[in-house]
Amino acid sequence: MIDVKAIYVLWLREMIKFSRTKFRIFNAIAMPLFMLIFLGFGFRQINIPGIPPDIGYFEYFVPGIIGMTLLFTASMVGLSVLSERQFGFLKEIMVTPASRVSIMLGRTLGGATTAILQAVIIIIIAMVMSFQIMGFAQLIASLFVMLLISVIFISMGLILASRLRDVHDYYNITNFLLFPIFLLSGAMFPIQNLPLGIPFFSVFNPLTYGVDAIRGLLIGVSALPIITDCIVLIVTATIMVLLSAYAFTNGYRI
Amino acid sequence: MDAIVLDNLTRSFGSLVAVDNISVTVHEGELFGLLGPNGAGKTTLINILTTLDKPSEGTALIAGHDIHADPENIRRIIGIVFQDPSLDVELTGRENLNFHAMMYDMPTDERKQRIDEVLALVDLSDRADQLVHEFSGGMRRRLEIARGLMHHPRILFLDEPTLGLDAQTRRKIWQYIRELNRELGITVILTTHYLEEADYLCDRIAIIDHGKIVALDTPLNLKNKIREDIVNIEVDEKKVEQVKKLLMEFEGVKKITTTDCCISVSISDAEKHLPEFIELILSKGHVVHSASAIKPSLEEAFISYTGTAIREQKGSYKDQSRAYIRRKMG
Ligand SMILES: Nc1ncnc2c1ncn2[C@@H]1O[C@H](COP(=O)(O)OP(=O)(O)OP(=O)(O)O)[C@@H](O)[C@H]1O
Ligand SMILES: [Mg+2]
Repeated sequence: MIDVKAIYVLWLREMIKFSRTKFRIFNAIAMPLFMLIFLGFGFRQINIPGIPPDIGYFEYFVPGIIGMTLLFTASMVGLSVLSERQFGFLKEIMVTPASRVSIMLGRTLGGATTAILQAVIIIIIAMVMSFQIMGFAQLIASLFVMLLISVIFISMGLILASRLRDVHDYYNITNFLLFPIFLLSGAMFPIQNLPLGIPFFSVFNPLTYGVDAIRGLLIGVSALPIITDCIVLIVTATIMVLLSAYAFTNGYRI
Repeated sequence: MDAIVLDNLTRSFGSLVAVDNISVTVHEGELFGLLGPNGAGKTTLINILTTLDKPSEGTALIAGHDIHADPENIRRIIGIVFQDPSLDVELTGRENLNFHAMMYDMPTDERKQRIDEVLALVDLSDRADQLVHEFSGGMRRRLEIARGLMHHPRILFLDEPTLGLDAQTRRKIWQYIRELNRELGITVILTTHYLEEADYLCDRIAIIDHGKIVALDTPLNLKNKIREDIVNIEVDEKKVEQVKKLLMEFEGVKKITTTDCCISVSISDAEKHLPEFIELILSKGHVVHSASAIKPSLEEAFISYTGTAIREQKGSYKDQSRAYIRRKMG
């Protein structure tokens, strides 16, 4: 059922493409980086309720931007599978002996790796701009949280892609979904600041827990205990991978 | 064991029945052709047999494996060249082949050697390390054929394999398909629009129209079933009746019609009888102005079975969008 070689091949393919499309990487990190610089530094002096006084807004915002990078990059995987289906390459993979589940896992891990690499690039750039992390061990632990976030949203994209035929539909739906997910996650400011009722939705947003855990690990501030965040993320990721495997095995017709 | 057994296979899309209750057996080692106009259901059938799609009803066995119960084992032993483009254009030719072989778990050494083999075969050895993005349409097609052969499939599906290739390359691919079939015993199922291709390559041809097989036989029998060969002989106008009488005596002649100075004789093996006819006519002191032997073409057979000429290269909507996709990818 799970074919390690096939997963590796599909992962490797993503890595080769990633290393070749320099412009795309630049494109993917340019937007979060601009936001980080403009908002992070622009709001540096502003006191936002809910952020501990000894934490600057820039520090607070870096984990949020990492969450955003992961979210947006992860959502591209579904798009790329869909365009591969439209342009025929998916057929070539589907006709090899690799099981559907392995194909899904290969794509998920390939996408997660690129998302995490981009997040790491952003952390490094932020560190050059005065961002201080708690320690190396915490950084490594945060990579695991990033993996969970990526897996959750890549699965979301793959499930969506299995139900759609058209790249434009996918684009429209994700555009509609991504900003609420981002804004409701507390990536930019504590969700308690939002008007009554809205924080309620944040509870169901996996990115809320992801950003919170990364914050806890990188700057030592989190709304929930890190372990709670991680449990929620692990459970969600497991469910999403299972759903995505189901969608991939049953939904993909050529 | 038969290579492929289709058992009442049906595939409908809503109210459209693309494959309509087809039952047919392809023998091991056969070169089997599916000939039909646009929209006949050829690709739909191939998609089902290669486990990419599921039939609405019925089933099929590929080398004994059921398409419903055992798709992964089927995928291991088949190779396919799709009608539509299916290469990864962001990778080089060699990488495309390498990834393909890795998906089939081929060992590294064998992989390297096999890649060189198939590249040489389709004449792409010197371009293999370029991105497919930079390949021409014909080069892409050749690479796809090479890829389909990479993993030594026992059964090979070719969906319009020579579409868009120039005459020279087409001949070469034909040659190779034949070799694969004759020398390595690979069973080949080929769909085509080109009558010439079906005629030249296939052991048996199924003419398929509106999802049904309307005729199934060897190319020769398909042609012969339509009508006999014809010998046309032109003689002096005044001698026509005399010559006609003469030829009526000839053994094997089925029917003779005449126009002003031309005599048309229906007979099998026309080209063999032509010299004998001429000899006979000359020996009686008549003059022959011209003579020709005409064999019925597969095209005629095709028209008589489907009621239409094959619509080759006609810009159907689907073909246009295909051409569009090929351009977009380029
Ligand atoms: N996914 C689909 N949804 C709806 N209809 C489809 C689908 N795939 C094929 N069809 C229809 O099924 C019929 C058979 O199509 P198919 O592609 O099998 O034809 P074909 O014989 O391969 O034609 P061509 O020579 O143009 O390649 C057509 O009428 C086509 O429109
Ligand atoms: Mg077709």
